[in-house]
Amino acid sequence: MDNTDQISEKEKKGEGSTHKIGIYLWIWGLLFVLSFFSYMVDWYQFQGMLRWSLILFFMFAKAGLIMAFFMHLFWERYALVNVLLWPMTAIACFIFLMAAEFQYTLFTRMFYFFVGGAV
Amino acid sequence: MSSDPKIDGFELKPGFRGMASDTGSDQTMFKGVHWGKAMMWIFLVSDTFVFSCFLIAYMKGRGSTPVEWPNPSEVFALDAFGVPVPLLLIALMTFVLITSSGTMALAVKYGYEKNRKMCGWLILATAIGGLTFVGMQVYEWSKLIHEGVRPWGNPFGAAQFGSFFFMITGFHGTHVSIGVIFLFIYAYKVFAGHYENGGKRGWFTTMKGDYVEIEILGLYWHFVDLVWVFIFAFFYLW
Repeated sequence: MDNTDQISEKEKKGEGSTHKIGIYLWIWGLLFVLSFFSYMVDWYQFQGMLRWSLILFFMFAKAGLIMAFFMHLFWERYALVNVLLWPMTAIACFIFLMAAEFQYTLFTRMFYFFVGGAV
Repeated sequence: MSSDPKIDGFELKPGFRGMASDTGSDQTMFKGVHWGKAMMWIFLVSDTFVFSCFLIAYMKGRGSTPVEWPNPSEVFALDAFGVPVPLLLIALMTFVLITSSGTMALAVKYGYEKNRKMCGWLILATAIGGLTFVGMQVYEWSKLIHEGVRPWGNPFGAAQFGSFFFMITGFHGTHVSIGVIFLFIYAYKVFAGHYENGGKRGWFTTMKGDYVEIEILGLYWHFVDLVWVFIFAFFYLW
């Protein structure tokens, strides 16, 4: 009716977008469910690879939902989305570098603290 | 993309083709995106780098120590009716923050629909959620400090635990606190009608206010929630 006409006219002018309330409630509910599951990972004391992969899965699912729908990235133009997301590959590189670094640090600490260095 | 904006004088294409033409054209790059929104996004990307550096430092610190890392499941356990429940407070904090993120998303929606009252009340609810979160964090900090956790050592294990804990959650808590202050300011602005009838001029600018400011505020608030998702996963669960 009148209301919907106004909204579609607003969208034509590019004054920001309104979406149906259902999508927000859905995402909201999903975030609660995913948080509950990630808490359950600790509750049931899963260990090892199962624990880590579940934590990462729920983390990325939650982060993706928040960014895509609450922060409206799903509806933004790709020029903006790509400028935001490509820098994240630099973080991934940094993680790999520092992961290699901590293994080396741990190795040298073990070697000098407990073995006492080169024999 | 479903809601690609239509702007007079531009023929905007959707998807990756649109990205190529947006980036390759002159004038503005992010077409149809409010400048404030673009600037907030750029700030958030830089803030992402800051938080990543903290979390990566934590990864390196935790990975390189030969001493056993304190078990977060036990350190952050809380007694409920005499029974220690693992991570109880952290779980509650997570739910409070997600709740406030949901009310913020709805506030943005009602703002764009020019529903002044709903928008204002939802922002106020978000602010109260944020305040609750900060209060719980104060409780968590004081509890750990009483138990002897310090930036230079703690009774549970590796000495680095305290410094990473206070640095990372403290920086996040600062973000939440700043967000709460701005949420109260913007709740006032919405209730006072600063965005109605073409908008009133702002406090430090001659530009007219618009409900897009609520979306920009929302971007910041959702980012705070987003960071908590990563802290929850890496610091409390890992």
